[in-house]
Amino acid sequence: MALLEVKGLRASYGPTRVLHGLDFALDEGSITAVLGANGAGKTTTLRALCGMVKTEGEMRFGGARIDGRLTEDIVRLGIAHVPDGRGTFVNLTTEENLRLGAYTRKDRAAVESDLARIFTYFPRLKERRRQQAGTLSGGEQQMLAVSRALMLRPKLLLFDEPSFGLAPLLVRELFEIMRTVNQRERVSILLVEQNAAMALDLADRAYLIETGRVVLSGPADEIKRDDAVRRSYLGY
Amino acid sequence: MDAFMHQVLSGLATGGIYASLALALVMIYRVTHLVNFAQGEMAMFSTYIAWSLINAGMGYWPAFLLTVLLAFVLGVVIERVVIRPVENAPVLAIVVIFIALLVILNSATGWIYSYTIKTFPSPFPKEPLFGNRYMSSHELGAIGITLVVLVLLYVFFRFTPLGLAMRAVAQNPESSRLVGIRVGWMLALGWGLAAAVGAVAGMMIAPIVYLDPNMMGGILLYAFAAALLGGIDSPGGAVIGGFAVGVLENVLGAYVIGNDLKLSVALGLIIGVLLVKPSGLFGKVHVTRV
Repeated sequence: MALLEVKGLRASYGPTRVLHGLDFALDEGSITAVLGANGAGKTTTLRALCGMVKTEGEMRFGGARIDGRLTEDIVRLGIAHVPDGRGTFVNLTTEENLRLGAYTRKDRAAVESDLARIFTYFPRLKERRRQQAGTLSGGEQQMLAVSRALMLRPKLLLFDEPSFGLAPLLVRELFEIMRTVNQRERVSILLVEQNAAMALDLADRAYLIETGRVVLSGPADEIKRDDAVRRSYLGY
Repeated sequence: MDAFMHQVLSGLATGGIYASLALALVMIYRVTHLVNFAQGEMAMFSTYIAWSLINAGMGYWPAFLLTVLLAFVLGVVIERVVIRPVENAPVLAIVVIFIALLVILNSATGWIYSYTIKTFPSPFPKEPLFGNRYMSSHELGAIGITLVVLVLLYVFFRFTPLGLAMRAVAQNPESSRLVGIRVGWMLALGWGLAAAVGAVAGMMIAPIVYLDPNMMGGILLYAFAAALLGGIDSPGGAVIGGFAVGVLENVLGAYVIGNDLKLSVALGLIIGVLLVKPSGLFGKVHVTRV
């Protein structure tokens, strides 16, 4: 059964319509990539899922309608969003950022063990746990954003351009972490990414959107072989 | 020398009260980026509630605690009912609402309680504490109460999950929503806390300036000066600014410009800080990228 189902999703900023009736679905336990050029509506799609823009159309998460609900209520259902620009609380410490990720959870002991586990994933964050998060490097802040999202113990993780501004080595590390999180923690992932080649290698399914519409969808390795995609997004 | 010490110490006592009110201003500023002009009148109104409770025969401390609680509720209700609907309105509209609140609370109090000046009791004994020559026991007690309030607030914001959530909201409302914090309620809670702190300030200053609907006008001005001096977005700065303004006002009033012109110290400070260092002593300099 689909964990996330979107039908006829439309969204606008003021008078400008950005999404013109998007349809897509995401299976439980899968990694789904959303590809598209700048301005195609990828970020807006993720923001729409979190109730951060006004939308029309139907969105279901685990069977329940989430369209028109408040961001904080959608998050409480188990959707964690790693936004573009990372959304770091720059004046709080690294540890406080992580604890905020678990704000809605009541299982205190499990939160502590999750914190410890995240510090084993990212030893750098442990070194800097008492440091103001704003003083972390871009790569460290991206790790922090991912970790903060994981502290929610989400069912679904939304990633918005996680590779943006990161050194290639860090990007590879980050994608490795996404795979681990997906396989070991059984977290489904919806990934918006400009680096189409890496996204398609990681994902099970992919959607290609252009100017607010889905123009192509299917298993990731099929999309990879598509001639148009290859020429426009993979560059060979 | 004795007289000078006396001026400094009693300056610290009123300074503590300015610090509390300045802290209330800063708490609201940090989440709304606006200065709540009605903060003083909210404190004044709460003090009248305390007066009613005490006059109805309640003991001082039970009345004190109940007033703080009621002030908290009043703050939350004002945020929910008055401020919430205009959350996204232009700045000037909200400022006008603050001023309207000020006038409404002031006139309503005058209407209910009349404008006659009333005395307000101090919970502290008449004789100076510990036989000291410099401070009345109310002054010493007011400093003590202020410090207790400050420590409680510090512990709340620094060590509790709710306090952490409120700091997060002040900094980044969007990211706060994304971790599931109910931002709207945190704002209301901030208003409640600010009102409660203001109520304490009102009850501590009332025995000194007496109770009347206009009692907080001057006090609020000193609190503005304190908040600006410390940096309008810095809680620690507001506290230090409060004590500094209290001492400065007293010493200048006694030795330089005379008591009648004391209030101009606050105005001078406000203008001076805005001209020379708008971010205050401990505030952050705001840089906007164009």
